[in-house]
Amino acid sequence: MKFGKLVLAVCMGLAMLGHAQAKEWKHITIATEGAFPPWNATKPDGSLDGYEIDLYKDLCKRMNVECTMVTQAWDGIIPALTAGKFDAIMAGMSATAKREKIISFSESYGTTGQTFAVARGSDLEKMPHFGEVFSLETELPQAEKAIEDIKPLLKGKIIGVQTASIASVFLDKYLKGTAEIREYKSTEQHDLDLLAGRVDVIMASMGYLSTAAAKEGNSDMVVAGPRFQRGILGRGSSVGLRKEDTDLRDMFNKAIAEAKADGTIKKLSDKWFGFDVTPH
Amino acid sequence: MRLLPGIPMTLQLAFIASAFGVFFALAAALMQLSGNVVLRSIADFYVFCIRGTPLLIQIFLIYYGMGQFDFIRHSFMWPILREPYWCAIFALMFNTGAYGSQIVRGGLLSVPRGQVEAARSCGMSQVLIYRRIILPLAIRQALPAYGNEVILLLKATSLASIITLMEITGLAAKMISETYRVVEVFLVAGSLYLLINFILSRGVAVLEKRLMRHTAAERPSSRVAARGAA
Repeated sequence: MKFGKLVLAVCMGLAMLGHAQAKEWKHITIATEGAFPPWNATKPDGSLDGYEIDLYKDLCKRMNVECTMVTQAWDGIIPALTAGKFDAIMAGMSATAKREKIISFSESYGTTGQTFAVARGSDLEKMPHFGEVFSLETELPQAEKAIEDIKPLLKGKIIGVQTASIASVFLDKYLKGTAEIREYKSTEQHDLDLLAGRVDVIMASMGYLSTAAAKEGNSDMVVAGPRFQRGILGRGSSVGLRKEDTDLRDMFNKAIAEAKADGTIKKLSDKWFGFDVTPH
Repeated sequence: MRLLPGIPMTLQLAFIASAFGVFFALAAALMQLSGNVVLRSIADFYVFCIRGTPLLIQIFLIYYGMGQFDFIRHSFMWPILREPYWCAIFALMFNTGAYGSQIVRGGLLSVPRGQVEAARSCGMSQVLIYRRIILPLAIRQALPAYGNEVILLLKATSLASIITLMEITGLAAKMISETYRVVEVFLVAGSLYLLINFILSRGVAVLEKRLMRHTAAERPSSRVAARGAA
Protein backbone atom coordinates (compact mmCIF):
# COMPACT_ATOMS: atom_id res chain seq x y z
CA MET A 1 0.00 0.00 0.00
CA LYS A 2 2.75 2.37 1.05
CA PHE A 3 4.79 1.41 -1.99
CA GLY A 4 1.80 2.06 -4.21
CA LYS A 5 1.48 5.55 -2.80
CA LEU A 6 5.15 6.18 -3.40
CA VAL A 7 4.87 5.10 -7.02
CA LEU A 8 1.87 7.34 -7.43
CA ALA A 9 3.74 10.24 -5.93
CA VAL A 10 6.73 9.69 -8.21
CA CYS A 11 4.48 9.46 -11.26
CA MET A 12 2.72 12.67 -10.34
CA GLY A 13 6.05 14.30 -9.71
CA LEU A 14 7.30 13.27 -13.13
CA ALA A 15 4.15 14.46 -14.78
CA MET A 16 4.59 17.86 -13.25
CA LEU A 17 8.32 18.17 -13.89
CA GLY A 18 9.12 21.43 -15.56
CA HIS A 19 5.46 22.22 -15.39
CA ALA A 20 4.47 23.19 -11.94
CA GLN A 21 5.95 22.38 -8.62
CA ALA A 22 2.38 22.71 -7.51
CA LYS A 23 2.60 22.74 -3.73
CA GLU A 24 5.40 25.09 -2.82
CA TRP A 25 7.19 27.59 -5.00
CA LYS A 26 10.86 27.74 -4.09
CA HIS A 27 12.18 28.64 -7.47
CA ILE A 28 10.43 30.19 -10.44
CA THR A 29 11.59 30.96 -13.96
CA ILE A 30 10.29 34.16 -15.49
CA ALA A 31 10.44 34.85 -19.22
CA THR A 32 10.86 38.23 -20.83
CA GLU A 33 11.45 39.38 -24.39
CA GLY A 34 14.51 41.56 -23.91
CA ALA A 35 13.55 43.80 -26.81
CA PHE A 36 10.86 46.10 -25.45
CA PRO A 37 12.45 48.97 -23.60
CA PRO A 38 11.91 50.42 -21.10
CA TRP A 39 9.95 47.38 -19.90
CA ASN A 40 12.74 44.99 -20.73
CA ALA A 41 15.80 45.35 -22.90
CA THR A 42 19.03 43.61 -23.70
CA LYS A 43 22.16 45.62 -23.06
CA PRO A 44 25.03 45.54 -25.57
CA ASP A 45 26.86 43.07 -23.33
CA GLY A 46 23.89 40.68 -23.51
CA SER A 47 22.56 41.16 -19.99
CA LEU A 48 18.97 42.19 -19.33
CA ASP A 49 17.89 45.56 -18.06
CA GLY A 50 14.67 47.48 -17.63
CA TYR A 51 11.63 48.18 -15.49
CA GLU A 52 10.57 44.56 -15.30
CA ILE A 53 14.08 43.38 -14.50
CA ASP A 54 14.20 45.68 -11.47
CA LEU A 55 10.62 44.85 -10.57
CA TYR A 56 10.89 41.07 -10.70
CA LYS A 57 13.82 41.17 -8.30
CA ASP A 58 11.73 43.22 -5.90
CA LEU A 59 8.66 41.00 -6.25
CA CYS A 60 10.65 37.79 -5.79
CA LYS A 61 12.16 39.17 -2.62
CA ARG A 62 8.65 39.91 -1.34
CA MET A 63 7.44 36.42 -2.30
CA ASN A 64 10.55 34.93 -0.77
CA VAL A 65 11.37 32.78 -3.80
CA GLU A 66 14.43 32.42 -5.93
CA CYS A 67 13.88 33.66 -9.48
CA THR A 68 15.67 33.19 -12.76
CA MET A 69 14.90 35.33 -15.76
CA VAL A 70 15.16 33.93 -19.28
CA THR A 71 14.49 35.48 -22.68
CA GLN A 72 11.95 34.15 -25.14
CA ALA A 73 10.86 35.51 -28.53
CA TRP A 74 7.60 37.40 -28.25
CA ASP A 75 5.56 35.46 -30.77
CA GLY A 76 6.10 32.13 -29.02
CA ILE A 77 6.00 33.34 -25.45
CA ILE A 78 2.46 32.21 -24.54
CA PRO A 79 2.71 28.69 -26.06
CA ALA A 80 6.05 28.29 -24.29
CA LEU A 81 4.45 29.22 -20.96
CA THR A 82 1.63 26.72 -21.41
CA ALA A 83 4.16 24.11 -22.52
CA GLY A 84 5.94 24.59 -19.20
CA LYS A 85 9.22 26.08 -20.43
CA PHE A 86 8.95 28.68 -17.67
CA ASP A 87 6.49 29.68 -14.97
CA ALA A 88 5.70 33.33 -15.56
CA ILE A 89 5.86 36.01 -18.23
CA MET A 90 6.92 39.56 -17.49
CA ALA A 91 7.34 41.07 -20.91
CA GLY A 92 5.28 44.23 -20.98
CA MET A 93 2.35 41.97 -21.76
CA SER A 94 -1.08 43.51 -21.33
CA ALA A 95 -3.85 41.40 -19.89
CA THR A 96 -6.42 41.16 -22.68
CA ALA A 97 -9.60 39.12 -22.84
CA LYS A 98 -8.20 37.11 -25.75
CA ARG A 99 -5.04 36.17 -23.93
CA GLU A 100 -7.01 35.39 -20.80
CA LYS A 101 -8.68 32.55 -22.68
CA ILE A 102 -5.34 30.76 -22.67
CA ILE A 103 -3.46 31.98 -19.63
CA SER A 104 -4.23 33.92 -16.48
CA PHE A 105 -2.84 37.24 -15.35
CA SER A 106 -1.85 38.83 -12.09
CA GLU A 107 -2.94 42.34 -11.15
CA SER A 108 -1.38 44.93 -13.43
CA TYR A 109 2.01 46.34 -12.47
CA GLY A 110 2.07 49.13 -15.03
CA THR A 111 0.14 50.76 -17.85
CA THR A 112 1.21 53.46 -20.29
CA GLY A 113 -1.40 53.39 -23.05
CA GLN A 114 -0.91 53.03 -26.79
CA THR A 115 -0.03 55.82 -29.16
CA PHE A 116 1.61 56.58 -32.50
CA ALA A 117 5.01 57.68 -33.73
CA VAL A 118 5.88 59.20 -37.10
CA ALA A 119 8.93 60.49 -38.90
CA ARG A 120 9.95 64.04 -38.08
CA GLY A 121 8.73 66.47 -40.69
CA SER A 122 5.95 64.21 -41.92
CA ASP A 123 2.48 65.76 -42.29
CA LEU A 124 1.31 63.24 -39.70
CA GLU A 125 3.35 64.96 -37.01
CA LYS A 126 0.40 67.28 -36.48
CA MET A 127 -2.14 64.55 -35.85
CA PRO A 128 -4.89 65.95 -33.61
CA HIS A 129 -5.35 65.12 -29.92
CA PHE A 130 -1.64 64.91 -29.21
CA GLY A 131 -1.03 64.45 -25.50
CA GLU A 132 -4.64 63.48 -24.74
CA VAL A 133 -5.46 60.12 -23.18
CA PHE A 134 -8.67 58.26 -24.05
CA SER A 135 -9.97 55.23 -22.23
CA LEU A 136 -11.66 52.73 -24.51
CA GLU A 137 -13.66 51.57 -21.53
CA THR A 138 -15.03 54.60 -19.74
CA GLU A 139 -14.75 57.20 -22.50
CA LEU A 140 -15.52 55.10 -25.55
CA PRO A 141 -17.54 57.77 -27.47
CA GLN A 142 -14.78 60.35 -27.03
CA ALA A 143 -12.16 57.79 -27.99
CA GLU A 144 -14.07 56.83 -31.11
CA LYS A 145 -14.46 60.46 -32.07
CA ALA A 146 -10.70 60.92 -31.70
CA ILE A 147 -10.17 57.94 -34.00
CA GLU A 148 -12.53 59.50 -36.56
CA ASP A 149 -10.51 62.72 -36.30
CA ILE A 150 -7.22 61.04 -37.20
CA LYS A 151 -8.66 58.77 -39.90
CA PRO A 152 -8.50 61.27 -42.80
CA LEU A 153 -4.79 61.82 -42.12
CA LEU A 154 -4.06 58.10 -42.03
CA LYS A 155 -5.95 57.29 -45.21
CA GLY A 156 -3.80 55.21 -47.57
CA LYS A 157 -0.78 55.34 -45.25
CA ILE A 158 1.17 52.32 -44.04
CA ILE A 159 1.08 51.60 -40.31
CA GLY A 160 3.71 49.34 -38.78
CA VAL A 161 2.86 47.33 -35.68
CA GLN A 162 4.14 44.31 -33.81
CA THR A 163 2.33 41.05 -34.59
CA ALA A 164 0.03 39.88 -31.83
CA SER A 165 0.45 43.07 -29.85
CA ILE A 166 -2.55 44.91 -28.41
CA ALA A 167 -1.83 47.79 -30.77
CA SER A 168 -2.42 45.38 -33.66
CA VAL A 169 -5.79 44.44 -32.16
CA PHE A 170 -6.65 48.13 -31.97
CA LEU A 171 -5.58 48.73 -35.58
CA ASP A 172 -7.51 45.72 -36.84
CA LYS A 173 -10.61 46.96 -35.13
CA TYR A 174 -10.46 50.67 -35.88
CA LEU A 175 -8.14 51.40 -38.78
CA LYS A 176 -8.25 48.36 -41.03
CA GLY A 177 -9.37 49.51 -44.47
CA THR A 178 -8.29 53.08 -43.76
CA ALA A 179 -4.57 52.36 -43.75
CA GLU A 180 -2.42 49.42 -44.77
CA ILE A 181 -1.29 47.55 -41.67
CA ARG A 182 2.08 45.86 -41.81
CA GLU A 183 3.03 43.47 -39.04
CA TYR A 184 6.51 43.06 -37.63
CA LYS A 185 8.09 40.44 -35.42
CA SER A 186 9.61 43.01 -33.07
CA THR A 187 9.08 46.68 -32.35
CA GLU A 188 12.69 47.49 -33.21
CA GLN A 189 12.06 46.33 -36.75
CA HIS A 190 9.18 48.73 -37.32
CA ASP A 191 11.28 51.55 -35.87
CA LEU A 192 13.93 50.86 -38.49
CA ASP A 193 11.32 50.85 -41.23
CA LEU A 194 9.76 54.07 -39.98
CA LEU A 195 13.15 55.75 -40.21
CA ALA A 196 13.84 54.15 -43.59
CA GLY A 197 10.51 55.50 -44.84
CA ARG A 198 8.93 52.12 -45.51
CA VAL A 199 6.08 52.79 -43.12
CA ASP A 200 4.47 56.16 -42.34
CA VAL A 201 3.26 55.55 -38.81
CA ILE A 202 3.95 53.02 -36.10
CA MET A 203 1.76 52.19 -33.17
CA ALA A 204 3.01 50.86 -29.84
CA SER A 205 2.82 51.68 -26.17
CA MET A 206 3.60 55.21 -25.05
CA GLY A 207 6.26 53.83 -22.74
CA TYR A 208 8.03 52.07 -25.55
CA LEU A 209 7.72 54.87 -28.11
CA SER A 210 8.89 57.67 -25.84
CA THR A 211 11.99 55.65 -24.98
CA ALA A 212 12.61 54.61 -28.57
CA ALA A 213 12.32 58.20 -29.80
CA ALA A 214 14.89 59.28 -27.24
CA LYS A 215 17.37 56.65 -28.36
CA GLU A 216 20.50 57.68 -30.20
CA GLY A 217 19.99 57.49 -33.95
CA ASN A 218 16.22 57.76 -33.61
CA SER A 219 16.12 61.55 -33.49
CA ASP A 220 13.85 61.56 -36.56
CA MET A 221 11.16 59.66 -34.71
CA VAL A 222 8.46 61.65 -32.90
CA VAL A 223 5.51 60.58 -30.80
CA ALA A 224 2.26 61.90 -32.27
CA GLY A 225 -1.50 61.70 -31.98
CA PRO A 226 -3.82 60.63 -29.17
CA ARG A 227 -3.10 58.00 -26.58
CA PHE A 228 -5.53 55.14 -25.92
CA GLN A 229 -5.82 52.75 -23.00
CA ARG A 230 -7.99 50.11 -21.35
CA GLY A 231 -10.92 48.39 -23.06
CA ILE A 232 -9.63 46.17 -25.87
CA LEU A 233 -6.17 47.44 -25.00
CA GLY A 234 -6.29 45.48 -21.79
CA ARG A 235 -5.92 46.55 -18.21
CA GLY A 236 -2.17 47.01 -18.34
CA SER A 237 1.00 44.97 -18.17
CA SER A 238 0.60 42.00 -15.88
CA VAL A 239 2.41 38.83 -15.00
CA GLY A 240 1.24 36.05 -17.34
CA LEU A 241 0.76 32.69 -15.65
CA ARG A 242 -0.63 29.24 -16.40
CA LYS A 243 -4.27 28.98 -15.44
CA GLU A 244 -3.71 26.13 -13.02
CA ASP A 245 -1.09 28.02 -11.03
CA THR A 246 -3.59 30.01 -9.00
CA ASP A 247 -1.36 29.87 -5.92
CA LEU A 248 1.43 31.55 -7.83
CA ARG A 249 -0.98 34.21 -9.06
CA ASP A 250 -2.04 34.95 -5.50
CA MET A 251 1.60 35.29 -4.52
CA PHE A 252 2.26 37.74 -7.35
CA ASN A 253 -0.90 39.71 -6.60
CA LYS A 254 0.10 40.13 -2.99
CA ALA A 255 3.64 41.18 -3.89
CA ILE A 256 2.40 43.65 -6.53
CA ALA A 257 -0.11 45.15 -4.10
CA GLU A 258 2.69 45.65 -1.57
CA ALA A 259 5.00 47.17 -4.16
CA LYS A 260 2.22 49.52 -5.23
CA ALA A 261 1.43 50.50 -1.66
CA ASP A 262 4.96 51.33 -0.56
CA GLY A 263 5.75 53.32 -3.71
CA THR A 264 8.26 50.88 -5.23
CA ILE A 265 6.32 50.75 -8.50
CA LYS A 266 6.16 54.53 -8.72
CA LYS A 267 9.85 54.82 -7.95
CA LEU A 268 10.80 52.26 -10.60
CA SER A 269 8.45 53.73 -13.21
CA ASP A 270 9.93 57.19 -12.67
CA LYS A 271 13.36 55.67 -13.16
CA TRP A 272 12.50 53.83 -16.39
CA PHE A 273 9.62 55.72 -17.99
CA GLY A 274 9.99 59.23 -16.70
CA PHE A 275 6.32 59.16 -15.71
CA ASP A 276 4.19 57.20 -13.28
CA VAL A 277 2.81 53.98 -14.74
CA THR A 278 1.24 52.72 -11.51
CA PRO A 279 -2.18 51.32 -12.50
CA HIS A 280 -5.12 52.78 -10.60
CA MET B 1 -9.10 28.35 -44.16
CA ARG B 2 -7.20 31.52 -43.46
CA LEU B 3 -3.84 30.22 -44.68
CA LEU B 4 -4.99 29.85 -48.28
CA PRO B 5 -4.55 33.53 -49.20
CA GLY B 6 -0.84 32.99 -48.52
CA ILE B 7 -0.44 30.50 -51.36
CA PRO B 8 -0.34 33.02 -54.22
CA MET B 9 2.32 35.03 -52.39
CA THR B 10 4.43 31.93 -51.76
CA LEU B 11 4.11 30.86 -55.40
CA GLN B 12 4.88 34.34 -56.69
CA LEU B 13 8.02 34.60 -54.60
CA ALA B 14 9.23 31.18 -55.66
CA PHE B 15 8.45 31.52 -59.35
CA ILE B 16 9.62 35.06 -59.92
CA ALA B 17 12.82 34.36 -57.99
CA SER B 18 13.51 31.13 -59.86
CA ALA B 19 12.66 32.67 -63.23
CA PHE B 20 15.23 35.44 -62.73
CA GLY B 21 17.54 33.20 -60.75
CA VAL B 22 18.01 30.84 -63.67
CA PHE B 23 19.68 33.65 -65.64
CA PHE B 24 21.98 34.37 -62.73
CA ALA B 25 22.79 30.69 -62.56
CA LEU B 26 23.51 30.44 -66.26
CA ALA B 27 25.56 33.64 -66.29
CA ALA B 28 27.61 32.60 -63.27
CA ALA B 29 28.19 29.11 -64.69
CA LEU B 30 29.30 30.47 -68.05
CA MET B 31 31.58 32.98 -66.33
CA GLN B 32 33.13 30.22 -64.25
CA LEU B 33 33.81 28.16 -67.37
CA SER B 34 34.80 31.09 -69.57
CA GLY B 35 38.51 30.79 -68.94
CA ASN B 36 38.69 34.54 -68.34
CA VAL B 37 40.32 35.06 -64.94
CA VAL B 38 38.39 38.24 -64.07
CA LEU B 39 34.99 36.81 -65.02
CA ARG B 40 35.73 33.57 -63.24
CA SER B 41 36.85 35.32 -60.07
CA ILE B 42 33.71 37.47 -59.98
CA ALA B 43 31.49 34.42 -60.37
CA ASP B 44 33.51 32.41 -57.84
CA PHE B 45 33.28 35.23 -55.32
CA TYR B 46 29.51 35.58 -55.82
CA VAL B 47 28.94 31.85 -55.33
CA PHE B 48 31.31 31.79 -52.36
CA CYS B 49 29.54 34.62 -50.54
CA ILE B 50 25.98 33.50 -51.19
CA ARG B 51 26.54 29.82 -50.51
CA GLY B 52 28.58 30.56 -47.42
CA THR B 53 26.00 32.71 -45.61
CA PRO B 54 22.50 31.88 -44.38
CA LEU B 55 19.59 33.12 -46.49
CA LEU B 56 18.03 34.59 -43.36
CA ILE B 57 21.00 36.92 -42.93
CA GLN B 58 20.98 37.82 -46.62
CA ILE B 59 17.33 38.83 -46.33
CA PHE B 60 18.03 40.92 -43.25
CA LEU B 61 20.99 42.59 -44.93
CA ILE B 62 19.08 43.43 -48.07
CA TYR B 63 15.98 44.61 -46.25
CA TYR B 64 17.21 46.35 -43.12
CA GLY B 65 20.81 46.85 -44.18
CA MET B 66 20.17 48.78 -47.37
CA GLY B 67 17.45 50.89 -45.77
CA GLN B 68 20.03 52.36 -43.41
CA PHE B 69 21.97 54.18 -46.09
CA ASP B 70 20.80 57.59 -47.19
CA PHE B 71 22.30 57.29 -50.64
CA ILE B 72 20.29 54.13 -51.26
CA ARG B 73 17.15 55.72 -49.87
CA HIS B 74 17.59 58.59 -52.29
CA SER B 75 18.59 56.48 -55.28
CA PHE B 76 16.38 55.41 -58.16
CA MET B 77 16.39 51.89 -56.68
CA TRP B 78 14.52 52.91 -53.54
CA PRO B 79 10.98 52.58 -54.90
CA ILE B 80 11.84 48.91 -55.46
CA LEU B 81 13.98 48.31 -52.38
CA ARG B 82 11.39 50.05 -50.22
CA GLU B 83 9.04 47.15 -50.79
CA PRO B 84 9.59 44.04 -48.67
CA TYR B 85 8.25 42.02 -51.61
CA TRP B 86 11.10 42.96 -53.94
CA CYS B 87 13.71 42.66 -51.22
CA ALA B 88 12.61 39.08 -50.64
CA ILE B 89 12.67 38.36 -54.37
CA PHE B 90 16.17 39.80 -54.69
CA ALA B 91 17.48 37.72 -51.80
CA LEU B 92 15.86 34.52 -53.07
CA MET B 93 17.03 35.23 -56.62
CA PHE B 94 20.68 35.78 -55.64
CA ASN B 95 20.49 32.68 -53.52
CA THR B 96 19.03 30.33 -56.06
CA GLY B 97 21.33 31.83 -58.70
CA ALA B 98 24.40 30.82 -56.73
CA TYR B 99 23.26 27.29 -56.03
CA GLY B 100 21.82 26.89 -59.50
CA SER B 101 25.08 27.99 -61.12
CA GLN B 102 26.81 24.94 -59.70
CA ILE B 103 24.11 22.67 -61.06
CA VAL B 104 24.28 24.32 -64.47
CA ARG B 105 28.07 24.16 -64.42
CA GLY B 106 27.92 20.44 -63.71
CA GLY B 107 25.50 20.06 -66.60
CA LEU B 108 27.73 22.01 -68.96
CA LEU B 109 30.78 20.00 -67.96
CA SER B 110 28.95 16.74 -68.56
CA VAL B 111 28.54 17.45 -72.26
CA PRO B 112 30.90 15.05 -74.04
CA ARG B 113 33.80 16.85 -75.63
CA GLY B 114 33.51 14.73 -78.73
CA GLN B 115 30.03 16.06 -79.50
CA VAL B 116 31.26 19.64 -79.30
CA GLU B 117 34.19 18.83 -81.54
CA ALA B 118 31.94 17.08 -84.01
CA ALA B 119 29.70 20.14 -84.14
CA ARG B 120 32.68 22.38 -84.62
CA SER B 121 34.01 20.25 -87.44
CA CYS B 122 30.63 20.56 -89.13
CA GLY B 123 31.31 24.28 -89.21
CA MET B 124 28.87 25.41 -86.53
CA SER B 125 29.55 28.75 -84.85
CA GLN B 126 30.12 28.87 -81.09
CA VAL B 127 26.65 30.32 -80.52
CA LEU B 128 25.06 27.62 -82.61
CA ILE B 129 27.01 24.93 -80.80
CA TYR B 130 25.70 26.26 -77.49
CA ARG B 131 22.17 26.43 -78.76
CA ARG B 132 22.01 23.09 -80.51
CA ILE B 133 24.47 20.86 -78.70
CA ILE B 134 25.71 22.09 -75.33
CA LEU B 135 22.62 23.67 -73.75
CA PRO B 136 20.12 20.93 -74.67
CA LEU B 137 22.45 18.26 -73.31
CA ALA B 138 23.38 20.29 -70.25
CA ILE B 139 19.77 21.11 -69.43
CA ARG B 140 18.79 17.48 -69.66
CA GLN B 141 21.63 16.56 -67.35
CA ALA B 142 20.94 19.35 -64.87
CA LEU B 143 17.17 19.09 -64.74
CA PRO B 144 16.74 16.63 -61.84
CA ALA B 145 19.10 18.61 -59.62
CA TYR B 146 17.53 21.88 -60.73
CA GLY B 147 14.08 20.61 -59.86
CA ASN B 148 15.43 19.93 -56.43
CA GLU B 149 16.72 23.48 -56.22
CA VAL B 150 13.30 24.93 -57.10
CA ILE B 151 11.75 22.85 -54.32
CA LEU B 152 14.34 24.16 -51.88
CA LEU B 153 13.60 27.68 -53.06
CA LEU B 154 9.90 27.25 -52.54
CA LYS B 155 10.52 26.22 -48.98
CA ALA B 156 12.97 29.07 -48.51
CA THR B 157 10.20 31.57 -49.28
CA SER B 158 8.95 30.90 -45.77
CA LEU B 159 11.77 33.15 -44.55
CA ALA B 160 10.15 36.11 -46.30
CA SER B 161 7.70 36.21 -43.42
CA ILE B 162 10.33 37.89 -41.27
CA ILE B 163 10.20 40.99 -43.43
CA THR B 164 6.43 41.37 -43.00
CA LEU B 165 5.34 39.40 -46.08
CA MET B 166 2.16 37.48 -45.45
CA GLU B 167 2.87 34.28 -47.31
CA ILE B 168 1.90 30.88 -45.89
CA THR B 169 4.32 30.95 -42.99
CA GLY B 170 3.66 34.62 -42.24
CA LEU B 171 -0.08 34.01 -42.06
CA ALA B 172 0.51 30.91 -39.96
CA ALA B 173 2.62 32.88 -37.50
CA LYS B 174 -0.06 35.56 -37.32
CA MET B 175 -2.75 32.96 -36.70
CA ILE B 176 -0.70 31.31 -34.00
CA SER B 177 -0.12 34.62 -32.29
CA GLU B 178 -3.86 35.12 -32.18
CA THR B 179 -5.01 31.60 -31.33
CA TYR B 180 -1.89 30.12 -29.68
CA ARG B 181 -2.58 26.88 -31.52
CA VAL B 182 0.91 26.06 -32.67
CA VAL B 183 0.58 22.44 -33.69
CA GLU B 184 -2.64 22.66 -35.67
CA VAL B 185 -1.68 25.75 -37.65
CA PHE B 186 1.83 24.62 -38.48
CA LEU B 187 0.57 21.19 -39.47
CA VAL B 188 -1.77 22.80 -41.99
CA ALA B 189 0.95 25.17 -43.20
CA GLY B 190 3.33 22.23 -43.59
CA SER B 191 0.74 20.28 -45.54
CA LEU B 192 0.26 23.19 -47.92
CA TYR B 193 3.99 23.22 -48.70
CA LEU B 194 3.88 19.46 -49.08
CA LEU B 195 1.03 19.71 -51.55
CA ILE B 196 2.69 22.44 -53.62
CA ASN B 197 5.98 20.56 -53.69
CA PHE B 198 4.24 17.35 -54.62
CA ILE B 199 2.72 19.01 -57.68
CA LEU B 200 6.02 20.67 -58.45
CA SER B 201 8.04 17.47 -58.25
CA ARG B 202 5.49 15.64 -60.40
CA GLY B 203 5.85 18.43 -62.96
CA VAL B 204 9.62 18.10 -62.97
CA ALA B 205 9.31 14.33 -63.31
CA VAL B 206 7.03 14.69 -66.33
CA LEU B 207 9.42 17.16 -67.92
CA GLU B 208 12.32 14.83 -67.23
CA LYS B 209 10.52 11.95 -68.86
CA ARG B 210 9.86 14.02 -71.97
CA LEU B 211 13.48 15.10 -72.25
CA MET B 212 14.70 11.55 -71.68
CA ARG B 213 12.33 10.00 -74.20
CA HIS B 214 15.19 8.58 -76.22
CA THR B 215 16.55 6.59 -73.28
CA ALA B 216 13.10 5.51 -72.18
CA ALA B 217 12.53 4.03 -75.59
CA GLU B 218 15.97 2.52 -75.70
CA ARG B 219 15.95 0.85 -72.36
CA PRO B 220 13.53 -2.02 -72.96
CA SER B 221 15.04 -2.86 -76.33
CA SER B 222 18.58 -2.81 -74.98
CA ARG B 223 17.49 -5.06 -72.17
CA VAL B 224 16.04 -7.47 -74.70
CA ALA B 225 19.24 -7.29 -76.70
CA ALA B 226 21.33 -7.96 -73.62
CA ARG B 227 19.16 -10.90 -72.70
CA GLY B 228 19.41 -12.24 -76.22
CA ALA B 229 23.16 -12.06 -76.10
CA ALA B 230 23.26 -13.95 -72.83
